[in-house]
Amino acid sequence: MASAVTIPPTARPKGRASFLSRVFSGDSMAQALALSCATLILVITALLVGELWVHSALAREKFGLRFLITSVWNPVTGEFGALPFIYGTVVTSVLALLLAVPFGVGAAIFLAELAPPKLSDAMTFLIELLAAVPSVIIGLIGILVLVPMLLIVVPPIKDAFGDHPPFFFSGPFYGPSLLAAGFVLAVMIAPFIISVSREVLLAVPRDMREAALALGATRWETTWQVVVPFARRGVLGSVFLALARALGETMAVTMVVGNTPKIATSLLSQGYSMASVIANEFSEAIGNLYPSALIEVGLALFGLTIVLNALARLLIVATSGQEAK
Amino acid sequence: MSSTRANDAPKETGEAAKPAVPDPGLKLRSTNLNFFYSSFQALHGISLDVNTHRVTAFIGPSGCGKSTFLRTLNRMNETIKGSRVEGEILLDNENILGMEVSHLRRRVGMVFQRPNPFPKSIFDNIAYGPRINGMGRRGEMAERVERSLRRAALWDEVKDKLHKSAFDLSGGQQQRLCIARALAVDPEVLLLDEPCSALDPIATAKIEELLFHLKDNCTVVIVTHNMQQAARIADYTGFFLMGKLMEFDTAEVIFKNPKVKATEDYITGRFG
Repeated sequence: MASAVTIPPTARPKGRASFLSRVFSGDSMAQALALSCATLILVITALLVGELWVHSALAREKFGLRFLITSVWNPVTGEFGALPFIYGTVVTSVLALLLAVPFGVGAAIFLAELAPPKLSDAMTFLIELLAAVPSVIIGLIGILVLVPMLLIVVPPIKDAFGDHPPFFFSGPFYGPSLLAAGFVLAVMIAPFIISVSREVLLAVPRDMREAALALGATRWETTWQVVVPFARRGVLGSVFLALARALGETMAVTMVVGNTPKIATSLLSQGYSMASVIANEFSEAIGNLYPSALIEVGLALFGLTIVLNALARLLIVATSGQEAK
Repeated sequence: MSSTRANDAPKETGEAAKPAVPDPGLKLRSTNLNFFYSSFQALHGISLDVNTHRVTAFIGPSGCGKSTFLRTLNRMNETIKGSRVEGEILLDNENILGMEVSHLRRRVGMVFQRPNPFPKSIFDNIAYGPRINGMGRRGEMAERVERSLRRAALWDEVKDKLHKSAFDLSGGQQQRLCIARALAVDPEVLLLDEPCSALDPIATAKIEELLFHLKDNCTVVIVTHNMQQAARIADYTGFFLMGKLMEFDTAEVIFKNPKVKATEDYITGRFG
């Protein structure tokens, strides 16, 4: 010890007094405010689930888990099974994602990386406008434009397959169908994917692009191998948002899906969705069991949203486990 | 053999100022280079020669154009909207402004101010350049990665965690990883844009030592705002001020016996 200087021991902070003084300081007030806002979200969600839970008690007691795996929906005889609706919702949403994700991500890459900024801004404005179009209008366009178009386009494709079309393209086609609903949903969710993905791509740090360019990467290699992977999480976030929207979408789907509670493997056949059946039948549901069954469909929709989102998140964790964080 | 030139410095380098080792030859020659960001002219008639297997350093106060000049040497400034270059830059007597840009950047590598590893593993960071440039078959890649990491004096520190994320490394290690990544495509020239400004003194010392060895098979051009650093590692030094090259000479002349008043003022700390 070369130094002779003695350092006085640091005063120990007084626990209680300093805690109290901090509670009333600005920091804690801000924290409390933010915390209560966050808590409110949880409270609202909990109330929602609680309400659905309570009001679906009758149906839950009568059918149990059978409700989710049987496919008879007969209000007259009081038989309710929600499987056709679950099936319709999942199929139309997945189809919509399959159509909208490649298209949306491609458009976002164009707007963020390739388009001149002025064009990009103008187009982004239009795309965000598209997201604000009421779903009933999209549904009308679906009935008036998309379905007639599909009636022209689909039969030749079906004929091309000959006598043995693949399972998803078999059976008669009348227009309203799972396929039409998938298309309409794709149009509705694409703006979310495009607009969020574009923002995320634009936020990729400049030095990531420069690192790739400086190694002799072309512009496209830089975009596809460095910028897009860097923005991957954000892009997937936009897909979640889109998925949630697709699962819950009611009006536009109702208008083109055919509203027939059956399970068919062919996308050309008519179907039904969970949100649609609630919207269509709730006002005319009489008695106690019928409304209760519809509310249970709502509860199941909520659960399905959570399950699919969790699966999607697991998928990210699984795929990002192989490479660096 | 080329003489060193400085457009604003009237005096040619005398024979006495030549380094003891004769120059192996000319690598890069910039002639009357002007550079514009839209209407703002950032570089005014820069003419200088960069010699093969030498370390050339550019010093000067912030905003003097030294980084801009460095970034014109691999045409990185082209990514900035509204930028424009006038003049000529020759790489082995070939005008780089007419070259295919990705080919040029393969030959003239660059390391940036802040470490910017890709969010990939250490191995994949190094292998990225060779892969896109079609260099090295699968079997050779591991060897190439090892060689690059050794050249960047990083191999011993990372050889057991090649498949861990590059983000797990410290700042200094990340910067050496970026140097290794640039070296993996066997560049003829390595440009470094203030590579140590985000690093602590120990990491800085490691990189300086590394640069000293790099010039054996690579021409090194470095921008630094640290004059001691330039004095330690550079064979040639150029002093930039307000977009002009005030003086360009051997490092010995610049730091011991500058011929231009502004250079002397700057290196003695009277401004900047």
